[in-house]
Amino acid sequence: MTHYSLFTLLRNALTGHRHWDRAWRDAEPQESYDVIIVGGGGHGLATAYYLAKEHGITNVAVLEKGWIGGGNAGRNTTIIRSNYGLPGNIPFYEWSMKLWEGMEQDLNYNTMVSQRGVLNLYHSDAQRDAYARRGNMMRLHGVDAELLGRDQVQAMAPFLDYENARFPIQGGLLQRRGGTARHDAVVWGYARGASDRGVDIIQNCAVTGMLRGPDGSVTGVETTRGPIRAKKVGLSVAGNSSRLAEMAGLRLPIESHVLQAFVSEGLKPLIPGVITFGAGHFYVSQSDKGGLVFGGDIDGYNSYAQRGNLPTVEDVCEGGMALMPMIGRARLLRSWGGIMDMSMDGSPIIDHAPVGGLYLNAGWCYGGFKATPAAGWCFAHLLATDQPHETAADFRLDRFATGHVIDEKGQGAQPNLH
Amino acid sequence: MRIPCPYCGDRDSQEFVYRGDASPVRPADPAEETEFFDYVYLRENPAGPIDELWYHAQGCRNWITLTRDTRDHAISAARLTSEGKSA
Repeated sequence: MTHYSLFTLLRNALTGHRHWDRAWRDAEPQESYDVIIVGGGGHGLATAYYLAKEHGITNVAVLEKGWIGGGNAGRNTTIIRSNYGLPGNIPFYEWSMKLWEGMEQDLNYNTMVSQRGVLNLYHSDAQRDAYARRGNMMRLHGVDAELLGRDQVQAMAPFLDYENARFPIQGGLLQRRGGTARHDAVVWGYARGASDRGVDIIQNCAVTGMLRGPDGSVTGVETTRGPIRAKKVGLSVAGNSSRLAEMAGLRLPIESHVLQAFVSEGLKPLIPGVITFGAGHFYVSQSDKGGLVFGGDIDGYNSYAQRGNLPTVEDVCEGGMALMPMIGRARLLRSWGGIMDMSMDGSPIIDHAPVGGLYLNAGWCYGGFKATPAAGWCFAHLLATDQPHETAADFRLDRFATGHVIDEKGQGAQPNLH
Repeated sequence: MRIPCPYCGDRDSQEFVYRGDASPVRPADPAEETEFFDYVYLRENPAGPIDELWYHAQGCRNWITLTRDTRDHAISAARLTSEGKSA
């Protein structure tokens, strides 16, 4: 594999960029592997990368039904942050943040990690108190958090509607280390690193069933490109976890819902970081190309259709207009929908399945992108050692049965509200 | 998406509140914890037809059981929930 550097860039520039090596091998399936990871998104490829790099397990295949990064890895709003509140979540997301911070050097790939700050606005005294509490919980876990007053927010983002009659902006909770990253570069960076260490990345290979041993444990998968055997099978298929688990006879505490996101036409630099509206569900950042990237709530009903409906488009845009009325002058360029694994408490699952040989990385709701590096790290740890990683030890499948749910929003078992 | 309310006819989905999968049935007392776990948390989550509950909050205020395909939102049946489960 070519090491990317200023020198290789200059050399290839002089030869008209006609001699770059392929970034990763498009492999053919072998008969068997030590580990199969189903799902060639950011999580699956990160898992393969860390299995090879941290645990020396290189006889690994990543199976992808379409093309890598074509699912939710290509359908998110690219925000990274670790501003969580519960002890089960904070260490994990902070570990993810630390991996983001070292990712480009580690992968030798420009994933465009930009720590431009994530600002959550508050609009009432009660909300300020809640954010102060969250900020304190973050700082107690060693995560950066600053509670800003209205003047400080106004200095950062003068274009917001501070005098909104119903939702005047009183201030915000800022995580300066949060920001954005380039979603498809993350996928390709992990694919390149994994492929270079011997992992087979197999595209256009949909899993259609599970191979079972005499004791019922999973011994491989049936695919559209033939059966492939493996000692361990890991599912990393956000949105379709229930369908894959059903092939092994399992029901999960998960519903699939569609989440839409939007991008405007390209504008001059306008929005300094990520800004979230505290009185509705709206969040916005600006891509390096200039488009405003924004989103809001899920559509609210079970869906496997990778497109959403108009009422949510209207709702998200109303949130944007309430927060920053100038957005009404920008034209919408594109919108898209991804299928989310909405878990029953809003938190993920990284655990053994109750069937031997099968492992789950599921239930990411709409927070999967920021978790990509740590989810890969912790899922690889689980697959390699059969023990949960210390930062993901609470993401158990049986927590719903034992009452140890991680309900960050306090909504109860209502997946369409998380 | 328009929802065929048996009482009001085709109405915009924004008039409705979504309550989710209609298939879980509350276990009768006395029930084991495992039965309640199953009822509260586990879902079939089908990619295909699903029976689900919608409440016509801004209309006739009836509960409606809808059979909708989760892959393309095609609605194949709608009935008042008070008329029972069988289609």
